[in-house]
This record gives sequence, C-alpha cells and structure tokens, in this order.
Amino acid sequence: MNLYAIRAIYRFEMARTFRTVTQSIVAPVLTTSLYFVVFGSAIGGRVGGIEGVSYGAFIIPGLVMLSMLSESISNGSFGIYLPKWSGTIYELLSAPVAPIEVIIGYVGAAASKSLMLGVLMLATARFFVPYEIHHPFWMLGFLVLTAITASTFGFIIGIWADSFQKLQIIPVLVVTPLTFLGGSFYSISMLPPIWQKITLANPVVYLVNGFRWSFYGVSDFAVGTSFAVILTILALCFALIWRIFVTGYKLKA
Amino acid sequence: MPGSGVIIAVESLSKTYASGVRSLESVSLEIRRGEILALLGPNGAGKTTLINIVCGIVKPTSGSVRVDGHDVVRDYRAARKLIGLVPQELSTDAFESVWSTVRFSRGLFGKPDDSAHLERVLRDLSLWEKKDAKIMTLSGGMKRRVLIAKALAHEPRILFLDEPTAGVDVNLRRDMWAMVRKLRESGVTIILTTHYIEEAQEMADRIGIINKAKLLFLEDKTQLMRKLGKKELAMQLQKPLAAVPEALANRKLTLGDGGNSLIYTYDSNVADTGIAGLLDEVERAGIVFTDLRSRESSLEDIFIDLVKERS
Ligand SMILES: Nc1ncnc2c1ncn2[C@@H]1O[C@H](COP(=O)(O)OP(=O)(O)OP(=O)(O)O)[C@@H](O)[C@H]1O
Ligand SMILES: [Mg+2]
Repeated sequence: MNLYAIRAIYRFEMARTFRTVTQSIVAPVLTTSLYFVVFGSAIGGRVGGIEGVSYGAFIIPGLVMLSMLSESISNGSFGIYLPKWSGTIYELLSAPVAPIEVIIGYVGAAASKSLMLGVLMLATARFFVPYEIHHPFWMLGFLVLTAITASTFGFIIGIWADSFQKLQIIPVLVVTPLTFLGGSFYSISMLPPIWQKITLANPVVYLVNGFRWSFYGVSDFAVGTSFAVILTILALCFALIWRIFVTGYKLKA
Repeated sequence: MPGSGVIIAVESLSKTYASGVRSLESVSLEIRRGEILALLGPNGAGKTTLINIVCGIVKPTSGSVRVDGHDVVRDYRAARKLIGLVPQELSTDAFESVWSTVRFSRGLFGKPDDSAHLERVLRDLSLWEKKDAKIMTLSGGMKRRVLIAKALAHEPRILFLDEPTAGVDVNLRRDMWAMVRKLRESGVTIILTTHYIEEAQEMADRIGIINKAKLLFLEDKTQLMRKLGKKELAMQLQKPLAAVPEALANRKLTLGDGGNSLIYTYDSNVADTGIAGLLDEVERAGIVFTDLRSRESSLEDIFIDLVKERS
C-alpha cells in the first residue's frame, strides 16, 4: 500500500475544499437551511404530521440526504475530472499507485467533505426545527455509507466525462429527479398505488427511508432492506471502477 | 538487470493508437545507467509516445519495457518509483502553491515528507522565492521549472525530460543544461527529447533519432559525428562563376553564395581527402580564390540528411 500517495491525494483534495470554503461548504448549508426555514418552520406548521412526526421534522433526514447526495457526486466527479481537464492527470498515471489507492484518496476526500456538510446541516436544522435521533449509530452508518457510495458514483462520472457538460448531465437529468422523487418530502404510502410500485425502482427511496428510520423509527421499509440496497450500489460502483482501471478506460490511450 | 549497465530495456515496442495511428514500430533500445540520452526526431515521430509508455501513461500495443529489471506493466510500482517525468505539455495546477504541488508529487511517489530535500530542489531551480506563489501567477518558464521540481521531488534515478527547453529563453536553457549535468554527476540517468540539435550535441552522451515511428539509430555522439562526419572546403572566389568549369567536372564541386564560392565536400575520415590535387587543378583552371574555409558538418546536417534519406 502506498500510504503516502493516499495521504497526498487526500490532503490535496481537502486543501481544494477549504480553499473554496464558501462554494463548497457555506453555500450548500445555506441552501438547505432555507428549506428548513420555508418547509420546516413556515409551511410545516400548517401541514399535518406524517406517521406521528411533525412535517418539519419529517423532511429533515430527506433534505440532508438529498443535499449530501448531490454534493458527494459533484465532489467525487470534480476531483478526478479536473486533473483530466487540466492535463495534470499525467502525474497520477505515471505514479507508483494502485487503483485502490487513487480511489481511497479521491473518494475518501469527497466523502469526508460530504460528511462534514451532513453534520453541519443537521446541526443547523436544530436551530429551526426540533428533532430527535433514535438510532444514532444507524444514523451515522447511513451518513457515512451514503457519502462513500455517492462519492464513488461521482468518481465514475468524473472518469467517464470528457466535457463539463457531460459532468453535469447525469446529476441534472438522473440524480436530481430521483432524489426529489425519493420520498424526501412525503411518505410513499401517500402516493397512488401505481406510483408506489414505480417508486420502488428508485434507490434513493431506500436511502431516505433508512436514514429517516434512524431518526424517528418510522420507515416504508425494513431498515435492513435500505442497508442492503446501499451496500449493493456501493459494490456495483466498485466493480465498475475496477473495470475502468483494469482496462485503462478513458484514462490511458 | 538491477545493478547492471542497462537501466532501461525496450524490446520490440509497438504502439497503435485507437485512431489507427501507428506511432511506434518495433522499437528496441537499451539505455545505459547514468547516461544522458537525447532523442531527436521531427514532430509526430513518436518520441513522446515512447516516453509515455515507459512512464505508464500510454499502454503499449506489443513489446515490453523493463526499468532496472522491473516490467513497466506487471511490476509498475517498482518501475515507476525510479522515474521522474517532465512532460512536454505545460500542465500544472492553477490555484495550488508551488510548495504544495511539489509536496504532493513527493507523496504520490511514495516518499515521506522531506522539507529539506524539497527546499534544495526549489533553490536549485531558482524557485525558492516563489514557493508560496500560486502556480497560475508564474510565467511559462517558471511553470516549466515547477514541473521539473515536481519530477525531482521524489529523488528519481531516471529523469525523462520531454522537450524541456521548448519556449525557454537562452539563460534558462543554460541553467537547465547545468542542472542536467549536475544530476548526471549524482548518478541520475537522463533521457531528453529535443528539436534543438545543438542541445543534443552539447548535452548528450548518446543520440537516438526517431522518425516515422521507427528508431533510425542510436549512437555514441562522438562516434556518430565521426561516422557521418563530412567536411566542407569553401573557396572564396575573386570573380564569380556561372558554372563549375569543365576541367573540374570530375570533382564533387558545387557553387555557393551565388557563384562567389566553390565548395568541395569530402569525407574527413579517409586518408586521402584529395585536397592537395584539387587545389592544383583549381589553379591550373585559372581560378583565383581569395580565402579558404573548412567546416565540419554539424549534427543538424546529419539529421536532415538522415531523415530525408529514409523517408
Ligand atoms: N493520444 C493519442 N491518440 C491518438 N494519436 C496520438 C495520441 N498521441 C499521439 N498520437 C499520434 O502519434 C504520433 C506520434 O506522436 P508523439 O506525440 O509521440 O510524437 P513526438 O515525436 O513526441 O512529436 P513532437 O516532436 O511534436 O512532440 C503522432 O502522429 C500523433 O498524432
Ligand atoms: Mg513529443
């Protein structure tokens, strides 16, 4: 294991995060806080609770998850896309590093950043909406796994993309719709039966429900199902990355 | 091979890019430990492709490369640790500081932090004052030096310089040459590509010429010059000539300088250069010359001849 290389990549990526702290940390926290204010405090008071949880509190896990998903994907994809774009990738390709070390460095940094964001957003939410966490370890588990999985997925996008447009296309066309339809703002049981079925194909639904269960103990599925789904996605992402590195796909001519 | 005289062994290396471009055709060569090898060749010859395969940036289509005994594909970790690469393109980070980018390089190549070494490298390259500057604020020549500093950050035993002096002014070029010599003295093997023939002539121990994906040859510099060395004798004429006189037709003579000089080309390696006889014949033909100059053909002439001849 080239631990120095992992540290070098990690340190480099974290420095980039802190250099752009406004854009990478302040902005997402602020945006999510606006949701808390509008939906939690302002509108939430006029909407009835769901499954015994006040609407303001009900949407917090989903909102945090939503924000973490998009931040993780964008961090994960930018980290590896930038050196490809600027040409500095030559150094990574000529370095004595194994794929796994590159992945740990980049995905680790992207996931760390998302975790910091997640914790900050949860802390901020407490100012606007009272909520409790019934299963803190599960909560943390979901937080960490989501950060890692989404960052890994972002990393794949970053390798695949060969233009800034391609870098944005999957987050905008696929991930955002899936997260908005992922049950952040509602319980699946509130949907018409046919949509309840269709929704089951959306992996985000399982994430949001599992995460919400760790807060309030309410979920549309068993928590084990949620956990299995996220682990499966993570495994798929790793398998894909493995293929990418073994074949040199889009990285080596 | 470790410890032996050969540090890099390239064996029938070929590369065909996905686009179908054949950039290397069965290239074989051995690079000696501690030498400076210059690779010359016109644009698109395949120099960068060769370097990139050795460094792991491009996958070979067939053939193999061993670096100090380590196969660059199978045993890439051991091979790459020994190598530092300064790429042809000026690809640098923009917002990072000089210091953090060289520190990054050192870590990436598996070495623990060593501020003293990094300071030495930056000072040698006159970059120490700029260590906290963002790279994007540096001039092109400075960025080139930052790339060199990055390549040297992990104390490589082999240094690839892909056109290190392209777009670099005369002073900096002298500095770089001095740096390369110093590195060689410390035992580093250096492979450089260049379009400046004087650079190869001045720096290299051996010179390889690549053209159209093939290694035309690889020779000791002095031997190469001797082997292919032609000399020229130019006679400055009192009166210009319209053509080479009949009486001298059997000599290999050409007119130069608009008929104002008569040029004799000969092989400097043979015993009888034929100069004495030629001068007699010239006098008998009634040609008066005011000055005589002889000139050795430079590597540049050799290079142009070769590339023309084989293409
Ligand atoms: N990534 C690539 N994909 C397709 N073709 C490539 C690629 N890189 C290089 N080539 C082609 O391979 C050939 C050799 O290119 P290479 O860069 O090795 O030449 P070079 O000798 O370094 O030239 P120069 O002196 O201009 O730097 C050229 O025809 C080039 O267009
Ligand atoms: Mg080149």
